[in-house]
Amino acid sequence: MQKLKERSVNRKTGKSQNGNGEPAGPGAAKGKKMGEIVIRTEGFNFYYGDEIAIKSVTMDIYKNKVTGIIGPSGCGKSTFLRSLNRMNDVIDGTRIEGKVEIDGQDIYAPGVDVVSLRRKVGMVFQKSNPFPKTIFENVAYGLRINGVKDRAYISDKVEASLKGAALWKEVKDRLNDSAFDLSGGQQQRLCIARALAIEPEVILMDEPASALDPTATLKIEELIEELKNDYTIAIVTHNMQQAARISDYTAFFMLGELVEYDETSKMFTNPGKKITEDYITGRFG
Amino acid sequence: MNKKNIEQNAGITVLFLCLGTVALILVVILWDIFTKGAGKISWAFLTQMPKNGMTEGGIFPAIIGTFLVTLMTALFAVPLGMGCAIYLNEYARDNRFTRLIRMSIRNLSGVPSIVYGLFGVVLFVQLMRIGTCILSAGMTLGLMTLPWTITASEEALKNVPQAYRSGALALGATKWQSIRTNVLPYAIPGMLTGTILGLARAAGETAPILFTGAAFFLPFLPESLFDQFMALPYHLYIMATQHHDIEGVRPIAYGTALVLIVLVFSMNLFAIILRYKLRKVRKE
Ligand SMILES: Nc1ncnc2c1ncn2[C@@H]1O[C@H](COP(=O)(O)OP(=O)(O)OP(=O)(O)O)[C@@H](O)[C@H]1O
Ligand SMILES: [Mg+2]
Repeated sequence: MQKLKERSVNRKTGKSQNGNGEPAGPGAAKGKKMGEIVIRTEGFNFYYGDEIAIKSVTMDIYKNKVTGIIGPSGCGKSTFLRSLNRMNDVIDGTRIEGKVEIDGQDIYAPGVDVVSLRRKVGMVFQKSNPFPKTIFENVAYGLRINGVKDRAYISDKVEASLKGAALWKEVKDRLNDSAFDLSGGQQQRLCIARALAIEPEVILMDEPASALDPTATLKIEELIEELKNDYTIAIVTHNMQQAARISDYTAFFMLGELVEYDETSKMFTNPGKKITEDYITGRFG
Repeated sequence: MNKKNIEQNAGITVLFLCLGTVALILVVILWDIFTKGAGKISWAFLTQMPKNGMTEGGIFPAIIGTFLVTLMTALFAVPLGMGCAIYLNEYARDNRFTRLIRMSIRNLSGVPSIVYGLFGVVLFVQLMRIGTCILSAGMTLGLMTLPWTITASEEALKNVPQAYRSGALALGATKWQSIRTNVLPYAIPGMLTGTILGLARAAGETAPILFTGAAFFLPFLPESLFDQFMALPYHLYIMATQHHDIEGVRPIAYGTALVLIVLVFSMNLFAIILRYKLRKVRKE
C-alpha cells in the first residue's frame, strides 16, 4: 500500500518497566526488547460517575504492531480504547486517574489540545458511521475541517486513502454517490479510509468487523495486516480466531482489569493464567 | 350475538360517534366559511384598501400587515429559538438546572396568548419605549412562538444520530465544527418544520398584537417597523364584532376569514410536505 506520509521518527523509546516494577508489557518480564512504545498507560483508572470501569491498567502499545484487546462483554474494552483518544470526554461525569502517554506526552495533562490528539489517534467505530454525504466528501471531511483548501491535494488524498483502505477499485467510478449506497463492509472500509486521510499515527478500532459477514470481515482483516506497516493499531474484538489471526499482541481484560498481556502466539498457546486460558478456549464469556 | 360482542360493537359505535362529531364540526365550520367567503374573494378584494368606513373595498393592508408581522416574528424567534435549542441539546449538561429550564419552556407554550400580549405591552411598548408597532407586535408573537421553536429544534437535533457527532470529533473536529458541518445541515429542515407550525399559529393570533401594534383601521400601508399595521385576525375580529354595520360587512368578514384560513393551512401544509420529504430522505 502507498505510504501516506513519511513521519518524522522522533519518539522516546519508553522503558518497559513502570514505577512499581510491574511488567508493563509482554516482553517486560523477560527483559526482551519489544520495539518502540507509542502508547503507554500507567496505573490508569477510569470512572463513569462513581462506578469504576477501568482499574489500574498499566500497558504499553508498540509501534507498527496490532494489539488485540479481548475480554467478556462489559469488561471495559471500549472504555479503555476510547480513553486513548479522549473520546470519553464527551460523556458527562467521567473521570480518570493515572496516566496515558502517547509518544511520551501525557494526553490528560492540562492544556493538551484534544483536537490535535484525535488527529493523531484515529478511531473506527463498531457500527460503521459514514456521514450522509458522498463517498468523496466522507473521506475529505477530516481534511476540510482541518482547513485544507487545495482541491488537487484533497482529491489526491482521497484517492490515496481509499486505496489505503482497499476500497478504491470498488468506488472509483462512483465517488459522488451517497456513502449509504455502499454495503456494510464497504461502509466500514470507508470509515477506515476517512480515518487514514488525516494521517494518524495510531488507529483505534472497536470491533470493526462485528456487524459484517465473513467475506467482508476477511477483507477488513487483510486490510489491518496491510495497515500495520504504516500505523500502530489497537483493536477490540470479540472473536478469538480474529484476535489470533491479526494481532501481534493480545491483552485480556476482565472486570476492568488487565489480566494478561503478551504476544498473541503465547497468549493463545500457553497463557500464563488459568482464567485467560478458560476465556480463550471459550469456557466462559 | 353474545354479550361481549354487543359490548364491543357499542364501544366502537361510541368512539366512532366521537370522531364523527369532531369531524362534522370541522367540516361545518370550513363549509360555512368557504361558501360564504368564496364569493367575496376577487383580485380587487385582495389588493385594495378598505373603503367607506370599511364597508367596501379590500383587505390589502391586513394581508400585508400579517405578512410583515409574521416575518418579524420569524426573524425574532427563529435565530433565538434555534440558538437556545443548539445550546440546550449540544452544550448544556443534563442537570437539575437544565431540566428546570426545559420544563419552563414546555410550560410557556401553554400560557394564554393574551398574557403574552400584556407582557409585550409592558416590556416592548412601555419599558423599552418601542411603541405600538410591527416591531413590538412581532417580538411579542415571537416570544409566544419561542417555546415551539425551541422544542421543535431540540427534537430535530435529537434526531441526528450521535454517531455523526462522534465520527466528526474522532477526526479532529472541534465541537462547533462537528455541530456546524455534521449536525445542523441534517437538523435544520426538521427545525424549520416545527418553526413553521409555530409561525402559522402566530399568524392567526389576535390577542398578542391587540395592544402592541395592530390598528383598527389605517388609510395607508406601514412604511417602517415602527408603524402600526392592520392584520387579518384583528381585522376579522373588528368586522365580526366591532364594526358599526356588522350585518352589512359580514361578507367581508367571511372573506377575511377565508384568506386567513388559507394562509394558515398553506403554512401547515408546507411544513407537512417538508417533514414528509425529510422522512423519505432519512429512510434512504
Ligand atoms: N456511557 C456510559 N455511562 C456509564 N457507564 C458506562 C458507559 N459506557 C459503559 N459503561 C459501563 O462501563 C463498563 C464497561 O463498558 P464498555 O462498553 O467499555 O465494555 P466493553 O468491554 O466494550 O463491552 P462490549 O464487549 O459489550 O462492547 C460497563 O459496566 C458499562 O456498563
Ligand atoms: Mg465495546
